[in-house]
This record gives sequence, structure tokens and C-alpha cells, in this order.
Amino acid sequence: MILTQVTAAETEINPLVPHVPEIILGVIVIALLFVGVAKFIVPNFEKAYADRTAAIEGGIENANAKQAEADAKLAQLEAQLADARHEAARIREEAREQGAAIVAEMREQAQAEAARIVEHGKTQIEAERQAAVTSLRAEVGTLATGLAGRIVGESLDDDERSSRVVERFLADLEAGVH
Amino acid sequence: MKSLAATVMASESGPHIPGPADFFLPPIVGSGDWALTKVSLLVLLSVVIAFGFFYAASRKAAVVPSRLQFAGEYVYGMVRNSIGRDIIGSQDYMRFVPYLFTVFIFIIINNFYGVIPFVQFPTMSHIGYTAALAAITWLIYNIVGIAKHGFVGYLKLQTVPSGVSGPILLMMVPLEFLSNIIVRPFTLAIRLFATMFAGHLLVALFSIGGAWLLLHYAPAWQGVAAGLFAFLLGILVSFLDMLIMFLQAYVFTLLSAMYIAGAVADEH
Repeated sequence: MILTQVTAAETEINPLVPHVPEIILGVIVIALLFVGVAKFIVPNFEKAYADRTAAIEGGIENANAKQAEADAKLAQLEAQLADARHEAARIREEAREQGAAIVAEMREQAQAEAARIVEHGKTQIEAERQAAVTSLRAEVGTLATGLAGRIVGESLDDDERSSRVVERFLADLEAGVH
Repeated sequence: MKSLAATVMASESGPHIPGPADFFLPPIVGSGDWALTKVSLLVLLSVVIAFGFFYAASRKAAVVPSRLQFAGEYVYGMVRNSIGRDIIGSQDYMRFVPYLFTVFIFIIINNFYGVIPFVQFPTMSHIGYTAALAAITWLIYNIVGIAKHGFVGYLKLQTVPSGVSGPILLMMVPLEFLSNIIVRPFTLAIRLFATMFAGHLLVALFSIGGAWLLLHYAPAWQGVAAGLFAFLLGILVSFLDMLIMFLQAYVFTLLSAMYIAGAVADEH
């Protein structure tokens, strides 16, 4: 009896016939959820995706920039190094030239000094010789006239005459010597 | 609880056999068609759960996601990329991602109500809700198709297959119209409804039948053995049902995407 009651209830209900209130409720809740999803959830997730892409791309870009900067710095340093080498070579060359110039100058100075000293010596010797000649001439005259006077027995002390004789003698002597 | 009373009453002669009547639960507030039932309450709750979870997951939109955000992004990425982008194509799929994602999370939550203890009712086993979903999908793909190709152009796109001419074409046009415009919403609605309905019916049958065998069958040892076996089968069927719950949500979303893709496709 109960079984027939149950089957009667089942034939009344057809699960394939939608209830209109359920369709309406379904449409309303789906619309509500759609608004929430479209307005908040999708933009948020898309923002996360976009941020992530930007972060990765930004990182790569950053690394590229750093690399370029490092390359530029390296090139700059290399240029500076080359400059420094060049500068050093130039300074060395200059120093060598200066050294050579100094040596040449010193040599010149020394030669000049030597020449001066030689000249001075010569002058002095000449002067001394002149002095010796003069004094010798006077003494030789005196001695000769004294000797001659003794030999010839007459006084030859007449200064004027004797000096004339001595002069003549010496002149002959010099002429003979030469 | 009508079904429970029926089970108790029927225990003298045999178990209560679960049927369509068990899918129409008594009202909580009100009466008749417009009454608030457990089912309508669950549908309303599903919107709160879906929005609450995915809003919480997406709120921070961090570059390095938290676990919650990762889980949310995983589901969103599946719908967005492997359904939306791969089916509709990369030029205008983003327009439809919000709808596809709504459909997917709405269906999957309502389906999984079927295996959550104490809830244990897949709301998609009421054809009214699947009909609402199917109707919306039908409207969307037809409207975007007409907006893109014009009314005549859209009808031509949907009903005239390429490379066919003469009398065969004459036969094909009504068939294509029937299958692409008329039948699609029904198959969409019935597929989802029927799988959820059948899954719930099977699980209910195994648990009610198993309980009756366990408690009321005459030679007790036979009843206990058969009842335990029925419970074991019921558990296995529940796992199968869970797979189907996911699969049907996926299939509904996938088919919606395919219908939209067909409607916005260039002439073939």
C-alpha cells in the first residue's frame, strides 16, 4: 500500500521539467557572480599577471642596463690606462732628452772651463817669462859688462854706453838663437 | 523530512528506493514553487563562497603569490588559458574569460555540494539551474555571433557547411540549424543535470540500501555482509561522482567556450 503511494508521488514529479523560480534564481545568482568576477576577480588576477610580466621584463632590462654600464666603464678604464701608458712613455722620452741636454751642457761648460784654465796658464807663463827675460836681460848686461871690464881693464861702467852694447849683444844673441 | 519518514515506514516491507521525489526537499520558509528550500539556499551560498574565496585569493594581486593566491590563480589560469585562450583564440578571448570563469566556479561549487558532509546535495541536479546556465550561454554565443557577422551572415555561418552543394546542402542546412541553434542549450542543460542527478541517486541508493540491509535484513549476518559491501561500493561511487563533478563543470565551460568560438569564428 505504501509502495503504491510512493510510486504515485514519483510519477507526479518529473525532474526534467525546470521550475521557473529556479531558472530565475539561477539567472540572478549567475549575474551577481558574473558582476563580482568581472569587476574584481578577473582584473585582480590580470593585474598580478601583468605585474609579474613587468617584473620579469624589468629585471632583464635592468640587467642589460647594468651590463652596458659595466662595458662602458671598462672601455673608459682601458682608455685611461692607454693614456697613462702614453703619458709615461712621453715623460720617459722627455727625461731622456733632458738628461742628454744636461750632459751636453755640462760637457760644454767643462770644456770652456778647461780652455779658460789653459789660457790663464799660458798668460801667466808668458808674463813670468817676460819678467824673467827682463830681469835676466838686466842682470846679464851687468854681469857681462863687469866681466868684460875686468878682461879689457877699462871701466865700462858708463851706463849709457854699456847698456847700448848689451842691447846690441842681446839682439845679436836673439837673432843668432832664432 | 519526507524521505526519512518514508525510509522508516518502508522498513517493514523493504528499503525506500530513492527516486526523483527525493530531489525536491521540503521548504524552509514559505510554501509552493517560490518557497526557500535547502537547494535555493545552497545556490545563494555558492555565490558567496565563490566570490569570497576568489576575491580573497586575488585581492593582493602580488607578484610573488601567497598559497591562497596561487590556488586561486591556478584555477583562474586553467579557465583563462586552457579553456578561454586555447579554444576562442588569442585575439578576443579576454572578453569571455569573466563569463567562463563565473560558469566554472559556480558549477564546480554547486556540484561539490554533493560530497560535502551535511550538505550532500548537488544543486545542479535541479534542471532549473542548469537550464539558466544553458540559456545564458545560448544567448551569449548567438548574440556575439550576430553582432560580429550580422543576422544573415551568422545564420549562414552556423547552418551552411563549407564544401557542400546541391541537394545535400538542402538537407544539411536544417540539420545544422537544429544541432547548432536549437539542440545545444538542451544538451548543455540536460548533460549537467543528468550526471549530477544520477550521481546523487546512486550514492543515495547505496547508502539507504546499505543501511537497510545492515539493520533490517532477516538473517542478520547476510544483511551485515551485504550492507558493508554496499557501503564500500557507495564510497567508490562517491569518488567516481567527484571526478564527474569536476569533469562536468569543465565540460560545460569548455562547450560554452567552443560555442562562442564557433560563433565569433571567421567564415570557414
